[in-house]
This record gives sequence, C-alpha cells and structure tokens, in this order.
Amino acid sequence: MAQLVLRNLVKRYGATEVLHGINLDVADGEFVVFVGPSGCGKSTTLRMIAGLEEVSDGVIEIGGREVNHLEPKERDIAMVFQNYAIYPHMSVKKNIAFGLRSSKMSKPDKDKRIQEVAAILGMTDLLERKPNQLSGGQRQRVAIGRAMVRDPAVFLFDEPLSNLDAQLRTQMRLEIKKLHQRVGNTIVFVTHDQVEAMTMADRIVIMKDGHIQQVGTPDEVYHKPANTFVARFIGAPSMNMLDAELSEGRVIMPEGLSFPMGPTAEARSGRITLGVRPDDLVPRETDALIQGKVTVREPLGAETLIYVDTPGGEIVAKADGRNPPSVGEQVRLGADPDNLHVFDRETGMVVR
Amino acid sequence: MTIAPDVPDQARPTSDALFRAGPSRRPRNMGQIIRWMLLFAGGILMVMPIAYMISTSLKWPFEVYNVNLIPEEPTLDNYAYVLEDGRFYLWFWNSLLIAAITTVSNLFFDSLIGYTLCKFRFPGRQLVFIAILSTLMIPTEMLVIPWYLMSQSFGWLDSYWGIMFPGLMTAFGTFLMKQFFESVPDDFIEAARIDGLNEFQIWWTVAMPLVKPALAALAIFVFLGNWTAFLWPLIVTNSTDMYTLPVGLSSFGDEADVAWELIMTGAAISTIPTLVVFLIFQRFIIRGVVMAGLKG
Ligand SMILES: Nc1ncnc2c1ncn2[C@@H]1O[C@H](COP(=O)(O)OP(=O)(O)O)[C@@H](O)[C@H]1O
Ligand SMILES: [Mg+2]
Repeated sequence: MAQLVLRNLVKRYGATEVLHGINLDVADGEFVVFVGPSGCGKSTTLRMIAGLEEVSDGVIEIGGREVNHLEPKERDIAMVFQNYAIYPHMSVKKNIAFGLRSSKMSKPDKDKRIQEVAAILGMTDLLERKPNQLSGGQRQRVAIGRAMVRDPAVFLFDEPLSNLDAQLRTQMRLEIKKLHQRVGNTIVFVTHDQVEAMTMADRIVIMKDGHIQQVGTPDEVYHKPANTFVARFIGAPSMNMLDAELSEGRVIMPEGLSFPMGPTAEARSGRITLGVRPDDLVPRETDALIQGKVTVREPLGAETLIYVDTPGGEIVAKADGRNPPSVGEQVRLGADPDNLHVFDRETGMVVR
Repeated sequence: MTIAPDVPDQARPTSDALFRAGPSRRPRNMGQIIRWMLLFAGGILMVMPIAYMISTSLKWPFEVYNVNLIPEEPTLDNYAYVLEDGRFYLWFWNSLLIAAITTVSNLFFDSLIGYTLCKFRFPGRQLVFIAILSTLMIPTEMLVIPWYLMSQSFGWLDSYWGIMFPGLMTAFGTFLMKQFFESVPDDFIEAARIDGLNEFQIWWTVAMPLVKPALAALAIFVFLGNWTAFLWPLIVTNSTDMYTLPVGLSSFGDEADVAWELIMTGAAISTIPTLVVFLIFQRFIIRGVVMAGLKG
C-alpha cells in the first residue's frame, strides 16, 4: 500500500509556478530521497507534505487519506530540519519530549518512550544536557530523536546533514540508514548531494526546475539515466558527454573514429549525445571512441583520474592506480557498447 | 634547535624594548592619558548628581543652598521625617504598582504584537508596523491634552487606570521586540507547529524564552520610565492619595519654599527599587542564547 501519494502537485508563489505537477507513490517503509540542484523545489515539496506550505493544486495523501487541508500535527508526520531546530533553552530530554506534546500517551508511557528513543540513538547519558553542551552530530541526533519519539507514518528530512563536516556526515548517513532498517518508518529525505542519495535511498527522485526528471533505484538512475541531466547529476566524476552521429548501427565520432553499437540501435540514426562514464572508459586500440593527450592526473589511491584533451572537449577517465598513463601521453579509449548511453541531442532524452 | 634559540630569545625582547622605548611609547601613553581623563570626566559627570542628592539628603534646611559636598552637620533627620510621613509609603506603593503593572503589560503585549508583525505574513502587515512606528514621532507633551480630555470623558481622572493607560503598550517596545524576534529562526517555529503547538503556545514556549535578553532590557526600560514618570501623573492626579512618588516628592514644602532636603531624601530612597529591578533583570541579559540551538 502506498503510504504517501503525491498527485499533480503544483506550487505557485503569486504568479510564478515553482512546482509543475509532481507525481509520486511512496510505499510503506520505503526510503525515498529527493535530490537535485539548489532551487529545484525539493524543500518546497517536502514542506507541502509537512503542511508548512499551502498546496496550490493537486493532492497529497498520507496513509490513505487526503491531507491537503490538515494541520501539520494532524498529518502523522515528523520533520528534521537542516538547522536541527532543537530548542536551546530546553534539555535534551525536554526537546525529545516536545515531540510527544500532543500525544495522548500517559506520563509513564511517554517517559518510557523517551528512554527507548534515547537508547536507540545512544543518548541516554546526555538526556539532562543543554544543546550548547552537545556536538553538531549529537544535536542532529536530538532532532532525529524528537521526530522518532512520535513514531510517525512518514519521516521528513530536509538536508539534515549539510551542516556537519564531511566525516560526521558519512557517519550520520550510515546511522540514519541503520535507523531506518531498525524502525522501518517511511522516510522522505531531501538532499542536494547525489552521494547521500545513492548511498541511502531505496528510490531516488531526481528533480530539476520543479519537474521530476526520473524516479528509480540507485542502480536504475546510475545505469539507466532517463536523460542527460540525470546522467550528469548522478555519479562522480560526471558522465562524459560527447557529440556524435548514429548511423547504421555505428556511432561516428566527429574526429572520424567509429564504433559498432550493436543491433538495438540499428533502427535509429541522427545527431546524438553519447554518454560514457569515466569508469567505463578503457584503453583500447581498435574500436576506440576517443583519442587525445593526457593533461592532468588526479591520483585517488586505488585509481587515478586522467583528464584527456580531445577534439570534442575534455574527457575524464578512470585509470588503474598502479600504473596510470603519464601526463602528455597519447591515449586511445573505448568502452563496452553495453555501457554507452545514447541521448537525443535535441531533447536530451535517452534513446536506448 | 632546542638549545641555540635559548640565549637570543631572552636577549631579543630586552634590546627590542630598549630600542622601542623612545619614539613609540609616548604617543601611546598620551592617548591613554586622554582616554582616562575623558572617562574620568564622564564618571564625575555621572556621579555628581547622585553625590549631591545623597549629600543634600543629609543636610539641615539652612545648609541646602551651600554647594559643599560634605555636610557640615550631617543628619538623618530628613530620612526619619520622610519615612515617618505616611504619604511617602502610599506614593511609593502607587508608583510601584503602576510601574510593575505597566512593565508586565508591556512585556506581554509588546512582544505579542512584535512577534505577530515579525513572523506572520498577512495583508497590511507593513502598514500596521509603519503606523505603530510613526507614533514614536509624537512627543508626550503633545499627547497629554488629548489624553486628559479622553480621561475626563471616560471618568478616568485621578485613578490608577488613568495614570497607566497611555503606557500599557508602547511603540518602542513593539519595535524592539519585533527586531529581536527576527533572530528567532523560522525553523524553530515550524518545528513546533509540526509538534502540534498552537500559535499562542509557540509564541509563549518557544519564541519568548529565546528573546529573554530583550525582555529583560525592555523590563528595565519600562520600569524605569514609569517609576520616574512625572508630567502625565502630575496632570491626571488631583488627590494626594493618587500621587506617584515623583509627583508626591515635588509637593514637599509649599509654594514659597521648596524643601529640597526632603525631596532629595525621597529621591535617594526611591532609587532602591530601580536598583533591585536592574539587578534582577540583568541576569537575563546573556549573550548568544538564541544561536545555541542552531548549527555549529
Ligand atoms: N516564499 C517563497 N516565495 C517565492 N519563491 C519561493 C519561496 N520559497 C521558495 N521559492 C522558490 O521556489 C523554488 C524552490 O525552492 P526550494 O524548494 O527551497 O528549493 P530547494 O530546496 O530544492 O533548494 C526556488 O526557485 C525558490 O526561489
Ligand atoms: Mg532546500
């Protein structure tokens, strides 16, 4: 059963429309991540689900009932904010208890629930502290605790990790994922960081300019991007995009190199954008896609990124970290046809 | 590396100090001297009236017009006289009651209005705010006559309500609180909304504790302003029973001869509540209360 349903969700601020009809079904217990560049409407969508923003058009359903006109507290949701929003004048315990204010639980039950949540988050010893005696990660945990304590139908997270340093972010990412596996509530998580999206999500919703670009598992959006935007947004370093022609089952590169695409592409021909991930480029003499001179090397340990200057622009490839080509060396690179992405050059939509 | 710098390091500061002593020390000292003198003059300016107040309160009537700071024959008779006069306690009580009620009223209403103007988006919000601010430009002297006529027709003359009503809410307090509520992040308010608090509860349990320093400052301002208010209480009261302390004190003596030593005695005693209020509320003026719950 779908726990959260968005139907043709539209948001307008005055005359400007910032969300243009969002459709999504989130299953019970699913971890869905909204990802996209800043300003694409992720927070607005989340805030509409929470009931903090009015719905201009469309329907939101939570747990099978329409909630468009319900107050936030009536929607059976809890939200964690980027700035934590834990109250500085209250102890950790009071902050967590705040999530239960409108609950009809008895006092001992509430206390028990608070202890339970504190134990799950490893905060039992910190309950009497004030927020200013906590580290950033601990504050974020308090904010999560305040959301958890109510056991909501849907958890909403708005970039909860962006104020943490890189190391802590990785750690909290893991903690939230474990937490989800343990408590099993539905989660809608917003981030601009594709790594966060890839590592945590059951399904990723990629947004741009108030439109959903693609919805899919991390695997799907990585290996079968629906368009050039998704292809470039997911994965680091970004997918290389090359102008090319498709003709009689062969990809023809501007500099004259050509490459068999196999039978699936035979029917199509025309101007395309060819996408190839840095990981998929391998040195090869025959059927190479590109050739050029290595301009920069970025050693990452296990592998080394090489930047190759080609007539079609700069290309990034991953080379083996043990003996990468040296700067100035001429390289010829190609890829398995199965790993190539072909996009219509006009529309940017995937062709195969 | 460990031994070599030992000797030069000890030697260097000494020689540097010798080297610098001449040209650069004097200007710095001159600046310091001037600063000290200015501060000293400022201090004298502040302390003198208080010193004269206390000194005069210890003088006999015949000595009052002498400018000497130390009374020739110090006496506590004035204190005895004032404290034995039943009216003094009444006026003190009147002032205390009025200043306290007005302070509580201002803390409540100014912050409620300030919060609403700061955190809610509604049509005409800016207009309301500007209207409130513009009343700041009208001086009390211009308002006392309309206030008086109003009090007269409502039958408020010579009553507590008559003394208090103009100050129960102030444009200044509203403005101050609105500015301070800007520092309360919207996230706090929205988080509370999701947690199921109504708007009034959010204001009271979330926003108000975060602006305690501003409330303390406002409490001090309002209390002092009303404790020392003179013009309007003088105009609106008729019977000596309704006088506030400043009005009552000024009535010591008669038309021919103002009893300065008694006025100063009363004034000296009347500074005590202001000190108490200040000591109570300054505790709350603590920096960084609001930001502590946010990032970093
Ligand atoms: N209160 C508002 N008034 C007008 N425009 C807004 C308002 N809030 C957000 N927007 C616009 O809506 C768009 C989406 O914003 P937001 O959902 O915050 O983006 P994201 O969270 O993806 O970075 C942005 O272009 C932003 O300028
Ligand atoms: Mg956002």
